[in-house]
Amino acid sequence: MKSLRAYALAYLAFLYLPVLFLPLFSFNNSRFIAFPFTGFTTRWYSALFADDAMLHALGNSLEVGAVTALLSTLLGLLAAKAVTQYRLRGTGALLGFVSLPLFIPDIVLGIALLLLLGAIGFPLSLAGVALGHASLCVPFALTVLIARFEGFDRNLEEASADLGEGAWMTFWRVTFPLVLPGIAASLLLTFITSFDEFLLAYFLSGTEATLPVYIWGQLRFPDRLPMVLALGALILVASVALVVLAEWARNLGVAPGKKSIGA
Amino acid sequence: MAFLSVRQVTKRFGDVPAVDAVDLEVPRGAFFALLGPSGCGKTTLLRMIAGFAQPDGGTLFIDGANMNGVPAHRRPTNMVFQSYAIFPHLNVFDNVAYGLRKERLGKQALRARVEAMLATVRLEGLESRRADELSGGQRQRVALARALAKQPKILLLDEPLGALDKRLREAMQVELRALQRTLGITFLLVTHDQEEALSMADQVAVMSGGRILQIASPRELYERPVCREVADFIGQINFFHATVKHIADDTVTANAGVLGIVTLPRASFGFPFAVGDHVLLALRPERITLQRGSVAGQITAASFLGERSHYQVKIAGRSEPVFVASSGAAPQGPVLLGWAPDALIALPFTA
Amino acid sequence: MAEGGNRAGYLLLAPTLAVMALALAAPLGLLALYSLTATTGPVLEGGATYSQYADVLGRAGYRALFWRSLGISALVTAVTVALAYPMAYFVAFQAGRWKFAWLIALTIPFWTSYLLRVFAWKIILGYGGVINSALLSLHLVSQPVGALLYNPFSVVVTLTHAWAAFAILPIYVSLEKIDRALLEAATDLGDGPVRRFLRITLPLSMPGVIGAAILIFVPTTGDYVTPTLVGGPQGSMIANVIAMQFERIGNWPLGAALALASMAAVGVTAALFVAAARAATQAIK
Repeated sequence: MKSLRAYALAYLAFLYLPVLFLPLFSFNNSRFIAFPFTGFTTRWYSALFADDAMLHALGNSLEVGAVTALLSTLLGLLAAKAVTQYRLRGTGALLGFVSLPLFIPDIVLGIALLLLLGAIGFPLSLAGVALGHASLCVPFALTVLIARFEGFDRNLEEASADLGEGAWMTFWRVTFPLVLPGIAASLLLTFITSFDEFLLAYFLSGTEATLPVYIWGQLRFPDRLPMVLALGALILVASVALVVLAEWARNLGVAPGKKSIGA
Repeated sequence: MAFLSVRQVTKRFGDVPAVDAVDLEVPRGAFFALLGPSGCGKTTLLRMIAGFAQPDGGTLFIDGANMNGVPAHRRPTNMVFQSYAIFPHLNVFDNVAYGLRKERLGKQALRARVEAMLATVRLEGLESRRADELSGGQRQRVALARALAKQPKILLLDEPLGALDKRLREAMQVELRALQRTLGITFLLVTHDQEEALSMADQVAVMSGGRILQIASPRELYERPVCREVADFIGQINFFHATVKHIADDTVTANAGVLGIVTLPRASFGFPFAVGDHVLLALRPERITLQRGSVAGQITAASFLGERSHYQVKIAGRSEPVFVASSGAAPQGPVLLGWAPDALIALPFTA
Repeated sequence: MAEGGNRAGYLLLAPTLAVMALALAAPLGLLALYSLTATTGPVLEGGATYSQYADVLGRAGYRALFWRSLGISALVTAVTVALAYPMAYFVAFQAGRWKFAWLIALTIPFWTSYLLRVFAWKIILGYGGVINSALLSLHLVSQPVGALLYNPFSVVVTLTHAWAAFAILPIYVSLEKIDRALLEAATDLGDGPVRRFLRITLPLSMPGVIGAAILIFVPTTGDYVTPTLVGGPQGSMIANVIAMQFERIGNWPLGAALALASMAAVGVTAALFVAAARAATQAIK
């Protein structure tokens, strides 16, 4: 079979180029996002950091992201340990149910949660967004952590018990350090997912906007667009850094043949 | 020209020659084995014959046709893979029929051929089974039937019995031998198991370090190995250092150290030698007797293996025990090791 | 394995199940409930009725919307999978030592903000956008091309790009799992590279292909952001209409019925596709 390398490189270009236009034009000294370039500037970036509404939305996103990451990772951790270390009935059905958010269009999830919050009289707020995000992120956390637990030799825990450590200390001294990279990866990935998530936040956030919702609001104003580009560029860089970190963490201490990528 | 003719074939991986200028002639209709330890180059050679690797030097002829540049899918060879490589998404029938689809045999003829093949390997009735429903032995037969279905000029077998348990392996050895005799197709087998090679093949080539050490019939390899490595590889053997003392018309006398002065037929020396030469003398365990002999020893270990018992005998002047195999009751107390003069195998000594 | 501790296992599972029941099962149940209610508005009152569904299935406008959404998703799925397959093949068979690096490079876009990616296409395809301004500067056209944006074409392009990375992984995994000895066996039995690909590689990679197709088809049918940003009225999809019920019109039961009906339609289509694909694969010998 002839080498598909040229195709592969072209594909990679197709994947990356459209996105690279964001940072590219964010340095362009023009209100219009179009060729030709009229000069290099960083004024869009400085304007960005002077925008209180943006900074406020950023804070909200960080908050929601942190809560989501901690909550979904914790839930994922408990469930992963339960599923891999005990023989429980209905594990397949369970995992299928928990993975449902990956297969439901997010609009359906969004309006369903809207209905729920309305029915129990809970006002629209960031808490609702965090709940929705947790629902979305638990499957990711589960996947990462189950993989980590499955690569975990149960004999290690038994050896620790044999050598005299009780359950809690065994967890702390043996299980936890080995699973830690998986936990770190899960935290990072769920954080990014929450941070970048738009639709649920749009429906559930009420008056407090998260960053994607803020961006959405700016999109109808053409003269705000360059700043949106600047913001987008920064978010991209941060996401990439976090993802690379997360994938590195995920594969810490994993044999070369068993490395895995992606959710 | 022989049916399969390998001439000065070489294959290098980096600087290391995995196959080093090998010459081989396999006659039509023979059951031929390539025997050697891991890394000796036998599998590489097999793959070059099959066409999965190209030689860096030399030529390959099958039935008179030069195979250089001929890709694997056009060669008149078919292979039984070590892992059997049964196609998981096809049932037994479709697996066996796989190579025949292109030949446009027509539905009836195809079915007839497949069923004939399955009958030959004694798998009739299993046509619609899927790969994961077959036992190890059954998968092996499917692989065999599949390869034979195309009626290749040479059937290549890559360690075909390794994954089977001992009893099945022995049964298959007999079956493969009988099959080859019946079909008359040239079989080329690659294995590290000398028992396998010796029991099935007409001719065996022993390989080591990319080279062929000896090509001979199983009996000849066993009784007349040409070098220490071949002798050591085939069956168990005891080596003794000796110096040639006297050469007569029919016999040779040597000073064999711990064994004392020994005589053996001159014909036992298959290589040039002279008085004063340092040579190796080898004795197979089953050619040593324990009751009458000239060397005193003590049994230090014994294992009962059914028809025979294997003993380790300590003799004076030698740290390593002598391995002896004999049937009959275990002797008590000290023993005397003895042998017939023609039981001694003479081998050149290389430092 | 802690045999006697199965109870501990269920205890561990409980918090997660509880949260998911609250965040997933309850909302979806409520959605079903709403879709069967006779009320028009946020509050559940009035009796049970199928009238919403009758509305959804009965009105030609809605049916056209469904077909267009399914059609767009099907097209996006087909294009994405077709483009992704050679890429996955390259990484599985030809990337050698660089496999891991390629996988990371292909996964990174997966994790960047979807909203930003759609926005990127909006600025690329727009009337005064990147493509048009480039064409104008290079004097390849005298006027900007308006047909690039706000139609099904722009939706398809944007969605294909957005989901491109998703398709690769499942296909790669199933290609990677193929025992290389099987390929050698096929070659040994007389197959050239093309026949071998069609008879061995392709059928054995079908589970991955089907998985990728489902992974893309199901969420894209209900996508909101892309049709809203780049679709215009011609490129609107189900999600736009559903959102309208909740944002402006206020007919929540109808919105709920639309949502569940669309999920059912997608489910049925996906199931049909999987069955067809499996049958087709079985036929390959």
